[in-house]
Amino acid sequence: MEDEAFSNISGKAISLDCQTHSSFCREFTVSSPKMSIGKVMVYTCSVWLLAYAVFFFTENTAVLSSAILITLTGMMLHIHFVKVDHESLLVIGSLGIQVSSSYASGREVTTFIEMSRIKDIVINEAVYLNQIIYYLCVLLKEPSEPNVVSSVVPLFQVNSKSVKADITFSRTKRNNVMMTVSSLSFRVPSRGSTV
Amino acid sequence: MVLKIFFPQCCNRAESGLLVGRWISGHDSAVVLAVIHYPFIPAQVKQYIQQMQAQSRVDLTVLGSWSLPKDGQEGMESFLRDLSTIFPQERWLQIRRQFGKTGFSCEVLSRDQICGKNPGEKAEKKKKKSEEDGGDAEREDEEKVIFVHYEQRKVMLSQLHPVEAQESGNGSEPNSELRQVFGTVARSQPLFVLDRYDDGPLRSTHWQSEGREASIVVELLKRASVPLGLLLGRMLSVWTWICSARILSVFPLRFLFSKLSTCVQLSYRTERLQTLGAPQAAPQAAAHMDFMRKANVLVSVLLDVSLGVLLMSWLYRDQNIAMLASNMVPAADRVAQKLEELLQWLMGAPAGLKMNRALDQVLGRFFLYHIHLWISYIHLMAPFIQGILWYGGLSACLGLTFALSLLSDMVALFTFHIYCFYVYGARLYCLKIYGLSSLWRLFRGKKWNVLRQRVDSCSYDLDQLFIGTLLFTILLFLLPTTALYYLVFTLLRLVVVLFQGVLHLSVDFINSFPLFAMALRICRPYRLAEGVKFRVLCEEPGTALHLLMEINPLKCSSVVQTYRTPTYSCYPRDSWVALVKKLFIGELIYPWRHKTTKSD
Repeated sequence: MEDEAFSNISGKAISLDCQTHSSFCREFTVSSPKMSIGKVMVYTCSVWLLAYAVFFFTENTAVLSSAILITLTGMMLHIHFVKVDHESLLVIGSLGIQVSSSYASGREVTTFIEMSRIKDIVINEAVYLNQIIYYLCVLLKEPSEPNVVSSVVPLFQVNSKSVKADITFSRTKRNNVMMTVSSLSFRVPSRGSTV
Repeated sequence: MVLKIFFPQCCNRAESGLLVGRWISGHDSAVVLAVIHYPFIPAQVKQYIQQMQAQSRVDLTVLGSWSLPKDGQEGMESFLRDLSTIFPQERWLQIRRQFGKTGFSCEVLSRDQICGKNPGEKAEKKKKKSEEDGGDAEREDEEKVIFVHYEQRKVMLSQLHPVEAQESGNGSEPNSELRQVFGTVARSQPLFVLDRYDDGPLRSTHWQSEGREASIVVELLKRASVPLGLLLGRMLSVWTWICSARILSVFPLRFLFSKLSTCVQLSYRTERLQTLGAPQAAPQAAAHMDFMRKANVLVSVLLDVSLGVLLMSWLYRDQNIAMLASNMVPAADRVAQKLEELLQWLMGAPAGLKMNRALDQVLGRFFLYHIHLWISYIHLMAPFIQGILWYGGLSACLGLTFALSLLSDMVALFTFHIYCFYVYGARLYCLKIYGLSSLWRLFRGKKWNVLRQRVDSCSYDLDQLFIGTLLFTILLFLLPTTALYYLVFTLLRLVVVLFQGVLHLSVDFINSFPLFAMALRICRPYRLAEGVKFRVLCEEPGTALHLLMEINPLKCSSVVQTYRTPTYSCYPRDSWVALVKKLFIGELIYPWRHKTTKSD
C-alpha cells in the first residue's frame, strides 16, 4: 500500500489498511484518529468548574453529584454511540460487500449487501460547507427492477477520505454522475469477472 | 466463476461419507445439509433421499463426498471417488480435510470428467494443482471455492426480514441467494429427525444427530393450545352473538357505544382474541407472521390482565375505594368554586379589559346557572360514587386498558359541563367571526361568490350598506367579550382533552406494543434476522477461503415497526397549523381521531 498520509475532511490523520485474504476476497480498514486525552480533560474540567460555581451560589450538593453523573454518562454515550474506532469494507467476490463500523466501546454495526442487489460502485461528490468532498458509494437496485437505482449507500461514512486520483466526470443521468477514474488504489471485482 | 459451498459447522468433524444437500440454481452455490456415513448401501441412500424430498419439498441430492480420514481407513478415498459414478450429477464435490489442519480442500468434477475416458488421470492432474504450494501456481482452469460455515440450528430457526410474501407450492424462488439458503435449511426439518440412536440402515450427521431435544413445557403448551383455542373460540362466539343482538343496535345506544372508549376497547379486544382462534396460514412466510401476531396478542393480553389484577389488588385493599370516593365530592366542589370565581372575574374587568356590561352579564349568568346545575347533580350522585367505583374497579380484571378506558369515560362524563361551555362559547364566537368577515366584505363593497368560490365586487343599495355597517360595528365592539369567554373555555377544554389523550395513548401503547417480538429479539436474537455477517476464518495459504456466516439480528426499532399490532389508533387528526387555524376561526375541534383499522 502507498505510504502517503491520508487525512479526513476535518484534517485529522487517518490510516488505511488493505488485507488480501484470497484472490477474490479483500478487506479494507480505515482507522480514525483516537480520542485525545487533552480534549477529555478540557471538557471534564469545564463541566466541573461550572458545577462548582453553581454550588458556590446555591449551596446544593445535588449539583455536584449531578455534574459527575452527567460527565460519566456523557462519556459513556459518546464512546458507545459516537466515537468510531475503525470502519472496514470486506469485498467477497460473487457473494457481496460487507460494511462494518466499530465504535470505541467495542460495539460493531455490520451490514451485508448481496451481489444481486449491487448495481454499481461510484465515487460521488458532495458540497460540504465551502468544499467539495468525494466519497465512495454503492448504488443498489431491486432485483425486480434492474434499471432503477433504489438507494445510494455511502461507504466509510465517518472518515470520508479524499481520494488521491485524477477524476474526470460528466453528468449523464439524473440519478448518478458517471465518472471515469484514472488511477485508484484498488479495484472491486464484480460478479463473474476475474480480478 | 466462484463456487460457494454453505457448510454446517456441526459437520466439521463428521466421519467420511456422502454430502446431502441442494444446488441453488442461478447462483452457483450449494447448501450442505447433512453427511451420510459409510457404511451404507447406495440404493438405500437413494430411497431415503427420495423420501425426504417428498416430505420436505426441497430438491435434495447427493452433492459429493466428504472425507476426514481416520487411522485404518486408507482405502476410503478411492472408494468415495468411485461413488461419483453411482450418483450421477452435473457436478461432484470432493471435499477433504486432514486432522490437525483447519482448511478444507475441494475438487469439483464435472459430468464429462466423471464419465470421461481416463477419470483417474484427470483427477490426479486436478489434485496436483490444488495441493498447497504457497507459490504462484497457475489456476486458470481451477474452480475457486468459498466455504461458508453456518450454524445449522440458528439458520433453521431464523427468519429473514423484510418478510416477503411467497406463493405457496412451487411458486417462483426468491432471487436472493441468502433467502434461498435460509429457506432450504428451514424446510429441511424432516431431514434432521434421524439421529444416531435410531437403528435404521443409515447414519447421518447434522445438528440434531446427537439426539433430539425438546422442552416438556413447550410440548405441553402445544398440546394444550388446541382445546384451549377451541374453548376460547366458543366463548367468543357466544359473546359476539350477544353483542350483535338487535336490541343493542337501536340508534341512541349504538351512537353511545361508539363514543364510549370502554366499549370500543371491548370490541377491539374481542376482535383480537378471535384472531387467536383462527387457523394457521399455510405458506411459510405467512405462517411466521401469523405465529408472531398470535403470540404478540396473547402476551399483550396476559400482561394487560396481570397489570389490571395488580391495580385491583391495590384498589380493594385498606379501604382505598372509600378514601377515593370521599375525596371526589370535595374535589368536584373545589373545581366548581374555582370556575365560579373565574366567571366572576370575567364578569368584572378581567386583566384590565373593559367588557361590554350587558353581554357580559348575560353570558356570565348563563354559565353560572350551568355550574349550579352541575353541582347539584354531583351532590345527588354522591352516595352512589363509592358503589360505582367498586363495580367499576372490577373491570380492571379484564385488563389495565379497560380500567384506563373507564377512567377516561368517567372524566368525560364529569367534565361534561366544560364541554358544554366550550361548545356554547365556540359556536357564539364562530358565528361572530363569520358575521364579521361577511360584513367586512360588505363594508369594502365586495361579496362572496358561492358559485365561483371567490370574492367579487358587488354594488349594494344604500339601506343595505347602512344596516350592514351598523351591524358590523356592533359585532366588532362585542368581539372582545365573546373572544375572552371563548379563550377561557377552550383552554379548559384543551386541558381535559390532553388528559384524555394521555390515557388513550397509554391504552394504545399497551394494545399495540409487540412484547413477544421484543422479548424474542432480546433473548433469542437469531430468530429475527436482518441479514448476515461474514467473518474470514484464519486461512492457510493454498486452501480455499473459509468464511463464517453469523446472523445479524434485527434492530429493535425495526422489530417494533414490523410487528406492531394494528389498533384503532388514536392520533391527532390535524397538524399543528390546521389546529391553530381552527381554533382561531372558532370551529369545533375534536383533536383525537379514532381510526377503525381492518386487520390484515
